[in-house]
Amino acid sequence: MTRRQNRMLLVALLLFGVFSTGYLGIKAFNENLLYFYTPTDIANGKAPVGKSFRVGGLVEKDSVQRQDMMVSFVVTDNNKSIEVKYTGILPDLFREGQGVVTSGSLTSKCIGKECKYTFLATDVLAKHDENYMPPEVAAALKSTEIKE
Amino acid sequence: MWKWIQRQSSPKIFYQTCSNLTPWFFWPFIGFLVIGLYWALIVSPADYQQGDGYRIIFIHVPSAILSMMVYAIMAIAGGIGLIWQIKMAEVVAKVSAPIGAAFTIIALVSGAVWGKPMWGAWWVWDARLTSELILLFLYLAYMSLNNAFDNPRTAAKSSSILALVGLVNLPIIHYSVKWWNTLHQGYSVGTGGLKDPDMQIALALMFVASIFLYALLVAIKAKTEVLIREQNSRWVQEEVTGASI
Repeated sequence: MTRRQNRMLLVALLLFGVFSTGYLGIKAFNENLLYFYTPTDIANGKAPVGKSFRVGGLVEKDSVQRQDMMVSFVVTDNNKSIEVKYTGILPDLFREGQGVVTSGSLTSKCIGKECKYTFLATDVLAKHDENYMPPEVAAALKSTEIKE
Repeated sequence: MWKWIQRQSSPKIFYQTCSNLTPWFFWPFIGFLVIGLYWALIVSPADYQQGDGYRIIFIHVPSAILSMMVYAIMAIAGGIGLIWQIKMAEVVAKVSAPIGAAFTIIALVSGAVWGKPMWGAWWVWDARLTSELILLFLYLAYMSLNNAFDNPRTAAKSSSILALVGLVNLPIIHYSVKWWNTLHQGYSVGTGGLKDPDMQIALALMFVASIFLYALLVAIKAKTEVLIREQNSRWVQEEVTGASI
């Protein structure tokens, strides 16, 4: 083997080692890299109840209720949903039907065997989606949606 | 082919090539930048939710793509320098680092400025933002390692290994929005996220302008680096003093 081939092999081994380490590392820390949990995760008991964590999803239509500075709304992932209560200023992009990520903790109120979960948020961030369009296009999309 | 590469990578001819290419990078850059800015700021319509604030995308996305592309070029050039011992590849790798770091900083800062009004936060520790920040640290580490040695060959060798190790971060940045729940939105480019053709054209123009800017900066900085490395050779002394000795 010439010296050049030797070096080529060393670089290839280096890259292989680094990428497999990275792959294993990502697999191991997968859970910790989640920025937020979905309402389905909470329903399945995957969320760290009792600790502070984040919930993300869409704000359900017609679910926002205001009372002075207190806002309550329902966050849904179109499968499960959870009620969120928050006191404070909401970001500009907070809208019904839009994405949102809230941090806080879960409380439950149990009457008999039925438990109702409420998420007490300390912080609400709007999550923007990947769509950018002029208002006319948005209006056109909305009208076709209604027709369907 | 091999002979041609060897000839091109002799310092003197490489220096000449960089000089010759500079105007071919400079004028297209200016052209694409002016038309791109016009398309981005005047022709493109406002967004249905963000109003005019979305226009930051025309700086943010090209810088973010370039920050990763420049890193890939830097690592590949470093690898070529390691394996084939081509000195000019080492030069390209070395001068690319600060340019890539600058693109990374532009992407991070423009993202933060956008994030404050849109999300409600300057910075969050989600996977996309954190991995892009790590990219900046990789650039800084590469630059300090490269400057830590007096001998440019030794410097290139160790910093190239660092650059190759850091390559693992690129797929993590790219796929972070797909693999994990992040606050950062998913891909707008290539998925039909930009619904308006003018927005797409503006972004494409700004992206091409950024590529020419990178090429231009590399050509200029590589010339300086070659002069420093070859300062004891005869042609450099002739070039600098402008007279034959």
